[in-house]
Amino acid sequence: MGDGTAARQKQLILVFSRVWAWVFLAGLIAFFATSVNIQSRGGVNFLTIRNSQNILMAIVPVLLMGLGQTFVVIAAGIDLSVGWVMGLSSVVSAMVIVALTDRGIYEPLAIVIGSLAGVVAAIIPGLINGIIIATLRIPSFIVTLGMSFIARGVAFLLSGGNVVGGQPQGVRDLGNEALLYLISGPHGGLYFLRPPAVTGEALRQLDRILQWPVVITFVLLLIMLFVLHKTQFGRHVYAIGGNREAALRAGIPVDRHIIVLYALSAATAGIAGVLSTARFSGGSSIAGDPLLLSSIAAVIIGGVSMFGGEGSVSGTLIGALIIAVMTTGLVMLNVQPFWQYIVVGVVVILAVLIDQARDLIIGRMEAG
Amino acid sequence: MEPMLSVRNLVKRFGGLTAVNHVSLDVYPGEAVGLVGDNAAGKSTLIKCISGVYQADEGGIFFRGERAHFARPIDARRAGIETIYQDLALAGNLGISANIFMGREAKKKYLGGMVHTLDETFMNEASRKVLDTLDIHFANFGEKIEKLSGGQRQAVAIARAVYWQAKLMIMDEPTNNLGVVEQHKVLDLIGRLREEQVPVILISHTLPDVFAVTKRIVVMHRGRKVAEKQTSETNSREIVRYMVGELDDSRES
Repeated sequence: MGDGTAARQKQLILVFSRVWAWVFLAGLIAFFATSVNIQSRGGVNFLTIRNSQNILMAIVPVLLMGLGQTFVVIAAGIDLSVGWVMGLSSVVSAMVIVALTDRGIYEPLAIVIGSLAGVVAAIIPGLINGIIIATLRIPSFIVTLGMSFIARGVAFLLSGGNVVGGQPQGVRDLGNEALLYLISGPHGGLYFLRPPAVTGEALRQLDRILQWPVVITFVLLLIMLFVLHKTQFGRHVYAIGGNREAALRAGIPVDRHIIVLYALSAATAGIAGVLSTARFSGGSSIAGDPLLLSSIAAVIIGGVSMFGGEGSVSGTLIGALIIAVMTTGLVMLNVQPFWQYIVVGVVVILAVLIDQARDLIIGRMEAG
Repeated sequence: MEPMLSVRNLVKRFGGLTAVNHVSLDVYPGEAVGLVGDNAAGKSTLIKCISGVYQADEGGIFFRGERAHFARPIDARRAGIETIYQDLALAGNLGISANIFMGREAKKKYLGGMVHTLDETFMNEASRKVLDTLDIHFANFGEKIEKLSGGQRQAVAIARAVYWQAKLMIMDEPTNNLGVVEQHKVLDLIGRLREEQVPVILISHTLPDVFAVTKRIVVMHRGRKVAEKQTSETNSREIVRYMVGELDDSRES
């Protein structure tokens, strides 16, 4: 075999290992599109606007937590507290909004202040995480595990273990209304920002496209994509994850950077909490916990190395999409929901195996 | 000629152990000085004091005629002292230019300076240029550091120091873990630095390397400087006797 062939093979393997997640996602969509259609004898479609919007809404909290987690894990840490921090934010934002509107404060202002309060309530435990991890050098796994329990306790104490309801209409709108509205059918049309005043059968034909939580999440995704891959801040995240000691000697303020990363991770969880309050018109302390492991799974499927130094924002997006598409597709195939967990688990392990196999094969090729 | 670096009666203690015991040392522009000694002789502690990793307990460091207080390594680097450690301090997950510019990345400004992005084009070109001046050529310039050979990594570390216009270069065991060809390349680089008037402090266990490139050799033993010899006026047998403590110039004086 000539050198040219070997180089081309190596290139092929590298390209495959980089794009397999996209190919896998496309394959999943194609699989569900056909199988759902066949199983329902043409009655149900997987590829509909409504279904695509449902999937996007489903990934909002997983993706938000996953984005912050991506930064933390690239810097060779992990944040296990974000699930309950999200719940804490949800509870605090709901309580502040109710308290302010009860006092007759202008509703949009109350919602803005309440949302900020939720995010701040999330950032505080994040800052404490970061300070302890950076300065006392306690493993992030332990610190954020502890903080997870603390956030859980505080969230339950504040809410008394109940859902914080009584939210004004604007909160529900924030969580459910959309940028675009589409009514299909002969009398349909596309509407911008405002839903058309329709009732009855037409209302059932109304699709919300790009609901506000999705819009907010994707704006944040673009910002974090830019920050991680185009700025000095992002470059330093990789440097710290690759060689913390080298980063320190190069004059990077490593401790400060790590503190900011855990605050950032908590902030994205906090935004997820506020959006959860909005979507369900109520603050729930347990909103985030079931999603924590999914968000970490999304990060791993997306190719972020748990040893730090490797990963991307787009990878985490694909990871979150793969999980949501699999989950939704299996439901539409009427598969017993418990199977979802098994499938996600298999994909997580498979993702890491593919990365390792790539390194092994390329290593062997280079060794001769 | 004024010394570039002047270390005066430097003392560094760790608890009851005196790692560096009243050591003085001058380094002049354009000369390479070898710093040798057995393990635990205090060589590494001495250079860590010079490069800002440790702070001396007594004595002083004068750099380019001024008293230097380096609280952190970055202070020494900003003053122009570049240290290439044994572990090279490179991030294996990043590329060559990202490592050369680590911590001091070139940036482009947008929106009146409110948004900064990395200037990859500039950093890549500048990295290539500095590698060219050192006559180092990579077939795989875009690769991550972890994909490079030991000698290539060493070259990147040296190129980084050169790019940032080191006024003094400290090299800790630069030929360790290298093949014969790569060892020669690194020694050539030290020679080239000397031509550029950049003084080098070379720490090495490999005496032939030290004899090949240095003008003077300083020997340490148990924290003290026991000898300072012109390289041309000594030989490795004599140096070894100083290293193991058989000879000691400091006691006689």
